[in-house]
Amino acid sequence: MKLEVRMFARARDLAGCETVVIDLPEQARVSDLRAALGETMPQLRPLLPSLHVAIGTDYATDDTLIDASLEIACFPPVSGG
Amino acid sequence: MIQLTRDIIDYHALTESVRSDAAGAVVLFLGTVREMTNGRQTVALDYEGYPEMAEAKLAELETAARSRWPVTEVVIAHRLGKLELGEISVAIAVSCPHRKDAFDAGRFLIDELKVTVPIWKKENWSDGTTEWVHAGTETP
Repeated sequence: MKLEVRMFARARDLAGCETVVIDLPEQARVSDLRAALGETMPQLRPLLPSLHVAIGTDYATDDTLIDASLEIACFPPVSGG
Repeated sequence: MIQLTRDIIDYHALTESVRSDAAGAVVLFLGTVREMTNGRQTVALDYEGYPEMAEAKLAELETAARSRWPVTEVVIAHRLGKLELGEISVAIAVSCPHRKDAFDAGRFLIDELKVTVPIWKKENWSDGTTEWVHAGTETP
């Protein structure tokens, strides 16, 4: 399945674009997405351990199954306020 | 009520909006752009958000606060875009019948906002460099 992943803050700056397209097998989990991001964009690797993945505007964990029908986003730790 | 805005936060109007005859206490928290951080001088902060998720998370925080304290009214406003020194980045106004609940709810809301709501700030230092603020990550 092809995923369009929205990137924010430093993750977007490192990726060089607001949306990246990642191809993953069906039944992929967040950990697979994290690995694929590191493969296709080595410049993201320093951020990967702390990168949050959100699916459908909820925080996901590494074992969350990816629902490609929902919006997927990646971003570093938040710093609002 | 929650607000994500690129406009200046009118904290007087925001505070008035939570006042009520049912409330004996109103607490207002303002987050403002600070000049010095660990000896470095800030000239501006750029705030970026993931708006759909930030609004969802702010709404969840309001619901959580209302379930834990007898909140009469609450407004959480966060600004996005470039903010100069001293400008208000976030405002939280809470009214409750009694002051302890108003203080506790306000403290909870700002503490949780800072760890769960997808908004990020980028420092514009006085030496001309910029730097994202992401706790626990190394920046070059």
